[in-house]
Amino acid sequence: MTARGKLTLGPLLFHWTAQKRRDFYFHIADEADLDCVYLGEVVCSKRDPFFEPHIEAVVERLTAAGKQVVRSTLAMMTLDREVAAARALAQTGVLVEANDVACLSEVAGRPHVVGPYINVFNEGACDVLIDGGAVRIVLPVEMTKSAVRVLAGRAGETEMLVFGRQPLAVAMRCYHARSHGLTKDGCQFVCGLDPDGLPADTIDGQALLTVNGTQTLSNGYLVLLDELGELRAMGVTHFRLSPQDMDMVAVARIHRAVLDGQRGTAEAMTQLRQLTGSIPWQNGFLHGREGLAWIERADAHA
Amino acid sequence: MSLELVCPAGTPAALRAAIEAGADTVYCGYRDCTNARNYPGLNFDEAEMERAIAYAHQHSRKVLVAINTFPQAANPGPWHRAIDHAASSGADAVILADIGVLAYATKRHPELRRHLSVQASASNELSIAFFRDRFDIRRVVLPRVLSIEQVAALVNRVGIETEVFAFGSVGPMSEGRCFLSSYMTGLSPTSEGACAPASHVSYVEDGAATRSCLGGITLNRFSQGEPAAYPTPCKGRYVTHGCASYLFEEPVALNAIDILADLRDAGVTALKIEGRQRGRAYVSEVVASFRRAIDALERGDSAAVASGLHAVAEGGRETHGAYEKGWR
Repeated sequence: MTARGKLTLGPLLFHWTAQKRRDFYFHIADEADLDCVYLGEVVCSKRDPFFEPHIEAVVERLTAAGKQVVRSTLAMMTLDREVAAARALAQTGVLVEANDVACLSEVAGRPHVVGPYINVFNEGACDVLIDGGAVRIVLPVEMTKSAVRVLAGRAGETEMLVFGRQPLAVAMRCYHARSHGLTKDGCQFVCGLDPDGLPADTIDGQALLTVNGTQTLSNGYLVLLDELGELRAMGVTHFRLSPQDMDMVAVARIHRAVLDGQRGTAEAMTQLRQLTGSIPWQNGFLHGREGLAWIERADAHA
Repeated sequence: MSLELVCPAGTPAALRAAIEAGADTVYCGYRDCTNARNYPGLNFDEAEMERAIAYAHQHSRKVLVAINTFPQAANPGPWHRAIDHAASSGADAVILADIGVLAYATKRHPELRRHLSVQASASNELSIAFFRDRFDIRRVVLPRVLSIEQVAALVNRVGIETEVFAFGSVGPMSEGRCFLSSYMTGLSPTSEGACAPASHVSYVEDGAATRSCLGGITLNRFSQGEPAAYPTPCKGRYVTHGCASYLFEEPVALNAIDILADLRDAGVTALKIEGRQRGRAYVSEVVASFRRAIDALERGDSAAVASGLHAVAEGGRETHGAYEKGWR
């Protein structure tokens, strides 16, 4: 394995203010040791206009800092204007991460990234997408190690989410609005009140899910620090950090050091724990278990 | 053209019941991980499928075979075998979702009609066009997230047949892309075919109430007589802002029987009744009701069709779901 593992920052899933979002990306551009940054609204097109005026400056700053920029699309499109926006983006010729099959027709025959919201669970799907011009496939979050072993490096680049809340479902309906007694059309952008998502617990008090507009995420953070080396050996080329409302530059630094073999995972995990506080860690999907589970190294190797 | 009534059959008995009750078309699946209702005691083995297709064809009805889960890596065999068998048994179409499975069917059985499953989550013109152009899809089953206006717009543009849900559950999540059940159980609806598998569902007495659990996680607590749905994650009660509520969806059933004229005017080809996991009595009752409603519509009988289906509706209450804009 000669080339070093690439570290990427996935699209920001939460509805931060335009100011906070812009400052976050400027800080990432200047300070974070990342190879690639995904930019774009994945969850709700109603949020789009807020950040639109800043996109160009952010792309410029990231590019100038030597980071590859990929433009992510919505995970689910139903409105004409959403489809039109994706089409227009694809036609500019920038590298696009397609998160809805809708985009695949638009980018067919040109290099593009297939995002984690498009189901690629097997070689058959993988081959069709690569044949259509996909140069990188981001595997879905519900991916077991044995499947990664088959799919990674089949052709082109393979990316996996390794840090952050796990995206579990997308919908047309806005649960954030619903939790406030509102509907999607009259949502008042209440999702902006929760920059790291809204906790949704069970009725007997177990933390379980996080609501982010129309998206449902895990309550815990996916943490695969201990599995990075193994995934790299299987052929995973890109490792994705999903932005949470915390010091993502430090999160990137820890992952970079482990990927480069400059820091042991035990030490790295201690450092990461200081950053994530009381939020539980999860890694069950990769180990073929329930996604909310945390499998310790000793168990994982048992 | 009259609206085509597409009805569920989880067993050979349900298939015969659906045909007797007036189904134009029946859909069913094999007894394994290749279909999205892989529950114990349901579905068809190969011999049953052959007999079912022969029986339906004797009665001039059609059979669609759902092969609509996503193969796990390195194990496409069951899906390929299912398609080969559906083709050799004379199935009228297969209902598929996975891009790899679609590619296989297109290449190996170009003459076998292909429908796009709701599990493919094609909710807009371009997505449907991708599957249509790439795999010669002849019909798309539209996700339960679209308003009537959106359905009508899609029908006009996609140039292939559309099938919409008319009765069954309200699926608030984008189907085929929901990992909530595997998050709680470790078993994937996407590739193993069962959301909230019975093996992981439990009911616990809790004072005068009952708690329903999935993978040991409490999804609901309800008192006797209170409507409650089967404990799939999207039908549970969750606490946000300190209040417990049906965050994703109430325990209600989709019933479009009184808006069939709107669906016909929108140009849809077929109406899908959900419920392969339900029994023969459910199938008979729902199918017969929809048969009467469609026939009345054909006759121009504008008298409201009394549904009377709330007794078999999940949770005992009904909704138009996303067909009405206020739903979302």
